Amino acid sequence: MSAGYHIVVCGGIVPDPLQTLEPVQGPAGWGLKNELMLPAILDPWAGHALFEAANLAKNVPGSKVWLVSMGPKAKLQQVMMTIAQKVPFELVVLDGPASGFADAHETGAALAEAIAAIPGLDTSRLLVFGGWQSASRGAGATMQVIGEKLGIFEQFQGVDKLEILADGALRVLERVEGGSYQDSVVSGAPAVFGWATGELPEPPNNPQVGMQNMRLVMPALQKAKPVKLEKGPEYSGVQIPSQKRETRVVKDAPVDQIAKEIVDWLSA
Amino acid sequence: MDTLRTLPGDDVRQIMWRFTDRYDIQMVVQSARSLARGLVARLVAEGARKTHEWTDHKAQLLEAFDTSGLTALFMDPHQGGFIDGPKNLALALVAFELAWVDAGAATCSLATNLALAPIHERGTTEQRDEYMGRCVPPLPGEDRAPFRGAFALTEPLPYVGVETNTLVGKLRVAKWEEGEEPILQVDKRGRFITGMDFANFATCAVDTDDPRIKSSCIVIVEDTDPGLFDRGAPTLKMVHQLSSTRDPVFNVQVPANRIVGGYTVKDGVIVPNFTHSEIIGAVFHRTRVPVALMTTAKLLSAVEPVIRYQRQRFRGGDASEPGTPKYELGLQAKPDSVLRLVEIWAAGEAGASLGFATARLFDQLDPTEKEKDKVFAERGICGPKSQLTALRKVEKQAIEYLQMEAAPTRDEARFAELGQDTLVSYALLESLANILCPACKLWNTGNGATVMREALALMGGYGITEDCPGFLFYKWTDAQLEATYEGPEAVQRRQLSITMTNEVFLTRLRIIIEQFAALGEAKPETGATVVAKGLGLWLWTIEFLHRAKDPSGARLYHNRRQNVTFPMADALCWLMASYCQINDVMELAEKGPENAVVAEGLEGTLGFFTDLALVQAARAAGEASRVCASMVYGFGPQAAEELDAFDALRSQLDRSMAGAALAKDRAAQALTQVMIPEALDYPL
Repeated sequence: MSAGYHIVVCGGIVPDPLQTLEPVQGPAGWGLKNELMLPAILDPWAGHALFEAANLAKNVPGSKVWLVSMGPKAKLQQVMMTIAQKVPFELVVLDGPASGFADAHETGAALAEAIAAIPGLDTSRLLVFGGWQSASRGAGATMQVIGEKLGIFEQFQGVDKLEILADGALRVLERVEGGSYQDSVVSGAPAVFGWATGELPEPPNNPQVGMQNMRLVMPALQKAKPVKLEKGPEYSGVQIPSQKRETRVVKDAPVDQIAKEIVDWLSA
Repeated sequence: MDTLRTLPGDDVRQIMWRFTDRYDIQMVVQSARSLARGLVARLVAEGARKTHEWTDHKAQLLEAFDTSGLTALFMDPHQGGFIDGPKNLALALVAFELAWVDAGAATCSLATNLALAPIHERGTTEQRDEYMGRCVPPLPGEDRAPFRGAFALTEPLPYVGVETNTLVGKLRVAKWEEGEEPILQVDKRGRFITGMDFANFATCAVDTDDPRIKSSCIVIVEDTDPGLFDRGAPTLKMVHQLSSTRDPVFNVQVPANRIVGGYTVKDGVIVPNFTHSEIIGAVFHRTRVPVALMTTAKLLSAVEPVIRYQRQRFRGGDASEPGTPKYELGLQAKPDSVLRLVEIWAAGEAGASLGFATARLFDQLDPTEKEKDKVFAERGICGPKSQLTALRKVEKQAIEYLQMEAAPTRDEARFAELGQDTLVSYALLESLANILCPACKLWNTGNGATVMREALALMGGYGITEDCPGFLFYKWTDAQLEATYEGPEAVQRRQLSITMTNEVFLTRLRIIIEQFAALGEAKPETGATVVAKGLGLWLWTIEFLHRAKDPSGARLYHNRRQNVTFPMADALCWLMASYCQINDVMELAEKGPENAVVAEGLEGTLGFFTDLALVQAARAAGEASRVCASMVYGFGPQAAEELDAFDALRSQLDRSMAGAALAKDRAAQALTQVMIPEALDYPL
């Protein structure tokens, strides 16, 4: 494909998973305790999508990558200090909630609107990338909504590999049950890809790339469009999965007995 | 009342340490952090520190520094770097981030910078561009390995380096054909030289051993020069094992254009443009700041693992059930554990404030110093003695400027005139840098090492095991090296004993005392009054020591009387650290509301940092008071009116500490409630 792709990656931010994530109900609905104060990262699923997008753009001349992200812009700015060093992209910011409790339909609609408004975007060459899931209670529906809103009905979820064939068609491997892949071929753009982990490692930080990206990232943050989502679903209750730890203190147990218990536990 | 909700994040630190608007520096911080908590932590966890040798395992660091941009950080954009202008704050933050996990890795990252520093500070334009360009990692399409360097100053005993004027390393003329570049013979043995395992070049301090060479200098030797470039034996150090250190031997021939800063030929004699001590002065002025912050990073990095240890101490066994205070709070149910942690955190904050303030000051000083050099060149003022004399002449104007700046009304035309005078600006900045630089190197590392022991103690027996999260034992022992290298504690005290009586600085100090007294009136909770009273007592004591005599009639304040000058230098360090800490808290109070993330929970964050500042101010003033009392009373009987005056000031200082213990209680209580991550973000 000589003209290259216009790849739009949808990626939100999530609290650093190492932090204590405790659901709390506030005046504006459910959220996480001290969520705004916790350090944030690019959603890991979206991160895989971004790295795959950059790799594809590098290998197909004429391609360009946009990262469309919704979140509090002050938090987004911090995340950009790392992500902008990874791969080249142009940022489009929606200054809105990044909460895992936001409604997927409302979020998808806002993102689709922002994508459609990107100046110079050629929808005939458009590949929409994003995370198949999210680290912040993802509904798994946002990417599908974005595709529908943009009128893109070729959609693939749980993607681990995207290959450009000689005739310009795209071969896609999607995760299905039992560790297997569904192998599909689509004739070309436009299409939506909800990525699983992909195949690429996280690129190292490259400050030269960062300085290049920052010329556009900082203005994008400054002119971020405020987005207010309508009230989403009402949650009757929210709780984190309970951790279970069973400790027994056993003295002088023979090695064989310890080994047997471990094997039994693994086999259970 | 709101309290500290989470550990302070980047948004808070960017405000306190003044790089909110520097996204280039923010990116470098993230790069360094990612490297520290990834590769560096893995190396330590995998036992890479357990050998003196430079191994392939450790060598991964070099490539990681290259790919993450840390190697190129020191260079200017036209040399292949990516940050324009002074980089002292950026380098300090990188050292801080790396030392958060392992200071040896930080030292390793700085080694080539240290080798380049003499060239950067005093090299010719050609030398700067050549060596700095060669040290930049290859760009895409380039087929070359990056050059790496070592700074060879320190020599085998009995001579050591840094402050000594005596060098064993020698320089002679090997060959000098008419009309051609002289060829020099470099003969240098080094000791404790960082980066020697992989250095392609070394900047060596050597003395003249030839009547055809006028003075000492620093000369560049390369591993391909004819002769001996022997990397020597590894230094058997027990700390900073992620940096390479060896005792090299150089006996090579180099062209005379390798003399750093160039040379002239006068009456058949090679005259280096800079002696080795002139260059060293400029180099260590700056490179000591990152070292100071390495120890500080250890203190602040210890907070999270200690809190987690304290809280989880009794979980998992039969001793407590979820929901009970013993289970939920663990050791934090007892006040002492958190009160001691408050002291550690407060000392860490003060060290960080002092260190980063110094780094920022050098970012201001660098361009002013270049301008000053230009002015001197234009006026034909050459050599350190002539320049010192010229600078002494502008001290009066510098003092006038400071007084006008602090005055409510002033002659604006005269003020502007003085403000635009390069030499006045330089004298103002230099007089402060001459205090803050040795102060942070001395106090952050020396006192930091002692406080680090406290952090280790809070982990109980766990602290001295390899299982201790946060590598605290390694950090404690590493701190001792940081107190020693790039100028041991005595060298810093010696420098301070001279610079702290500079009239420009003392004028500034009097203004600081007034400003902090006013701040303390408005905001007594900050500890500003305590610092003002402490500095006032210190200043009175310095003045007393200059007029007082001991029973033998000898003056108390004298260069050789280190029982006076050195403790007074220590006391000043405590107070200046506290002064910087309060400034940072005030910056957070002013700028915090402008940032949406910081504004959330600002009341609690600010309240906690204010309490820490007061705790530290009381600790610092107490130390200064103890030192001052030992000076005033310790050298024999003094006049009653002198003692009365001192007692009055000391009493005022004691009274200004009202509420400091309550602040400590509040801060300790906050530590029992602050939310911490589920796990440390780097491996054990």
